[in-house]
Amino acid sequence: QEAAKYGKKVMVLDFVTPTPLGNSWGLGGTCVNVGCIPKKLMHQAALLGQALQDSRKFGWQFTEEVKHNWMTMTESVQNYIGSLNWGYRVALREKKVTYENAYGEFVQPHTVKATNKRGVEKLYTAERFLIATGERPRYLGIPGDKEYCISSDDLFSLPYCPGKTLVVGASYVALECAGFLAGLGLDVTVMVRSILLRGFDQDMANKIGEYMEEHGIKFIREFVPIKVEQIEEGTPGRLKVTAKSTKGNEVIAGEYNTVLLAIGRDACTRKIGLDKVGVKINEKTGKIPVNDVEQTNVPYIYAIGDILQDRLELTPVAIQAGRLLVQRLYGGATTKCDYVNVPTTVFTPLEYGACGYSEENAIEKFGEENIEVYHSHFWPLEWTVPSRDNNKCYAKIICNIRDNERVIGFHVLGPNAGEVTQGFAAAIKCGLTKEQLDSTIGIHPVCAEV
Amino acid sequence: GKPEYDLLVIGGGSGGLACAKEAAQFGRKVAVLDYVEPSPQGTKWGLGGTCVNVGCIPKKLMHQAALLGSALKDAQHYGWNIAHPVHHNWSEMAQAVQNYVKSLNWGHRVQLQDKKVKYFNVKGSFSDPHTIRGLTKGGKETILTAEKIVIATGGRPKYPTHVAGALEHGITSDDLFWLKESPGKTNTMCILLSVLHLCEIIVYISLIDTSPDISLECAGFLTGIGLDTTVMMRSIPLRGFDQVSQMASLVTEYMESYGTKFLKKCIPTKVEKLESKGLQVTWKNTDSGTEEADSFDTVMWAVGRAPDTKALNLEAVGVKTNSETGKIIVDASEATSVPHIYAVGDITEGRPELTPTAIAAGKLLAQRLFGQSSELMDYDNVPTTVFTPLEYGCVGLSEEKAVQRYGSDNIEVYHAYYKPLEFTVAERDATQCYMKMVCLREREQRILGLHFIGPNAGEVIQGFALGIKCGATYPQLMKTVGIHPTCAEEITKLHITKRSGLDATVTGC
Repeated sequence: QEAAKYGKKVMVLDFVTPTPLGNSWGLGGTCVNVGCIPKKLMHQAALLGQALQDSRKFGWQFTEEVKHNWMTMTESVQNYIGSLNWGYRVALREKKVTYENAYGEFVQPHTVKATNKRGVEKLYTAERFLIATGERPRYLGIPGDKEYCISSDDLFSLPYCPGKTLVVGASYVALECAGFLAGLGLDVTVMVRSILLRGFDQDMANKIGEYMEEHGIKFIREFVPIKVEQIEEGTPGRLKVTAKSTKGNEVIAGEYNTVLLAIGRDACTRKIGLDKVGVKINEKTGKIPVNDVEQTNVPYIYAIGDILQDRLELTPVAIQAGRLLVQRLYGGATTKCDYVNVPTTVFTPLEYGACGYSEENAIEKFGEENIEVYHSHFWPLEWTVPSRDNNKCYAKIICNIRDNERVIGFHVLGPNAGEVTQGFAAAIKCGLTKEQLDSTIGIHPVCAEV
Repeated sequence: GKPEYDLLVIGGGSGGLACAKEAAQFGRKVAVLDYVEPSPQGTKWGLGGTCVNVGCIPKKLMHQAALLGSALKDAQHYGWNIAHPVHHNWSEMAQAVQNYVKSLNWGHRVQLQDKKVKYFNVKGSFSDPHTIRGLTKGGKETILTAEKIVIATGGRPKYPTHVAGALEHGITSDDLFWLKESPGKTNTMCILLSVLHLCEIIVYISLIDTSPDISLECAGFLTGIGLDTTVMMRSIPLRGFDQVSQMASLVTEYMESYGTKFLKKCIPTKVEKLESKGLQVTWKNTDSGTEEADSFDTVMWAVGRAPDTKALNLEAVGVKTNSETGKIIVDASEATSVPHIYAVGDITEGRPELTPTAIAAGKLLAQRLFGQSSELMDYDNVPTTVFTPLEYGCVGLSEEKAVQRYGSDNIEVYHAYYKPLEFTVAERDATQCYMKMVCLREREQRILGLHFIGPNAGEVIQGFALGIKCGATYPQLMKTVGIHPTCAEEITKLHITKRSGLDATVTGC
């Protein structure tokens, strides 16, 4: 859309290869269809379930039994997504960007072949190309995985309630999904191979896990599934999962209605003809290395988003990078995308917002004696009356003593962590120091004032 | 002889307690006097001051109760099956809130004990510059002497005494949070249809002073829990806040669509008790010039707050007050006209009436008096939030003040109408969800003010307040990547200016 503003002739190819179970979706990519948007809406549904319980303590009276209807929620969510898909198509049209619902792959330099759903092929040439094909969920590679398991690609449009669910993985996708499924009243188990939220501050990751466990989510640690068998067909059916310990020979088995795989995502770079144009990829991960202006090793081919090597897999980062890239190519700008201090939030039942260094990384980079960690537990005012967990919410900032106690890491665990973290991220971008933090007055009573 | 105490603090609220506890950290002999003069309706409470007992805390909790009512409605769109009817029980909520407040009263007493601060539940007044006369409820007298004295007695709601029957028949926020019974019945339970509006509560606000937000906040949550609520006002709401254009009218617009009734440009003339239950309020409509009347269950006044400086006997020691407001005049170091007497919090003239500023000022004061610090309180860029049904958070200058100070040619206002993701499935109206950033136009484009209307406004604004303290500029904010999906991220994406006249509605990802 940005490029079209500069009067350039632009085409977008978008195609969704159906999931093993046959699921597909419209224009907009992962975030809109099977990522951030449906995830946050279902997380909200779960939070509302909690709100219902809280409301009784605030004087609201209604029947004891409250049930959740999966289909009502999913239909609403899908309708909203549909409106976004439509909105994107309209926006592209208005901005005079040509859109083709076809699978694109390079066939020779400057040339792409687009194949649509019906198999019709067309060739297109362009001066420049931007690869932004993102990723898809990884499968385990064990018997029964593709036949019987679902992934986040399927979950948000599942036409039946998943029932008793086993979530395999410890990524934020795994924990967020497990979190809201449990919040909707389902029996949820998470099977973790080793640690939770690899790459995130482990102190915070463990607190998140603890909270989830205390709220009824079961964890099976240090096991990996080795096969999935179907006991009974149905929507949902019944599946038997056999798993082996990572630490020995112990084998366990369990029965579930649904098995959700959330063990990672793989870049969609293997089947788009990159070899035909000489674009180098990391063979192991499939990701594309780029320079600081998002250029691949082939000068006229650029890449952004989740497929980039050593970059964050986040929607706002991709958007920012995409816009700035175009402004540089066609607008004479020189601003590069700033990947430092990018804030994120994990929307687990107890939300986690972070910006900057994790404690471990800070210690590694600056040395333990050069950093100071300030921390505090807090009890959100809204949790007092319904007597909810009085020592779970937590915030910590990591400061670099040698640099005027500059805040280099911010972590908060609590409600509305995203809203809280956003402003702090802006402040960190402005070089926030501990002194400035101390001298800023808090808004009372909110969680962020802690 | 030598004064008994190093520091004596009159007033056990946010400012007073913070100051006392901080001073005690330095090993000083400290005493706190706290006393609550019952309201005209007879309401009183424990240690902790306005915030804890009749301010921020109960207000936010009742606001939360109202928000949960909305959540109940939203939940159904998200698949939760809740059988109707859904009722709200005031007594249950009030008791839960009151119990929590009482636990805080207790907590404060324990804290004072732990920090070895002596606490007296007496009403203090000056006998001479270093002597305070304390009077218990029963009339027993205690004399206390101190080297330094801090006055932190705060304020109490005013009554519109020129309105006949105001004092006898109306309540204020002092009473609202402690009501055991609902201030109004819900319409569905109204049996006597012949008497119109029997089930209503009316909140009258007059906007001469600052902080009229409490009235809108109260009206907001009362509506939210199902009570038929009307707000009568004389002029424009949220004066002192960003009243140019939008922020104020957006907040009240939302409240109107939410169910609160507004009687604008009206002044009450009298309140009378009806023979049957309820009150009759008569008012003058300044637009039409006519007199109108209606009946309500409860009338609540929210016409501003004023300190009770007369009871302190300040004239006896020469502490100067502002003749109009009655507030104590202090300098940048919180000192009054008498060298060893200081004041912090709501009682001081020209300061924001907020808990966090009182606490910060109290702490810094103690650090300067006993801790060899020289740091003064910075009252600039204090962030605040009004907890109306659709919350309004802001930090820095209002658009009006910025224009006044710099001229409209020298400022740029970026703005956007957005829709919180959670409103989509819930089919909620987001017409008033709005944000704007006021910046200097010259090169650096420093941010002068940030205003946000939407859910969790306080959480959103807090971090940005830090940024503004660091001198944040518009380019720096644009370089900050957003967290997706949140409402706050829209702030980092503001790019349409008011000057351009373009449509400021956010579209898509």
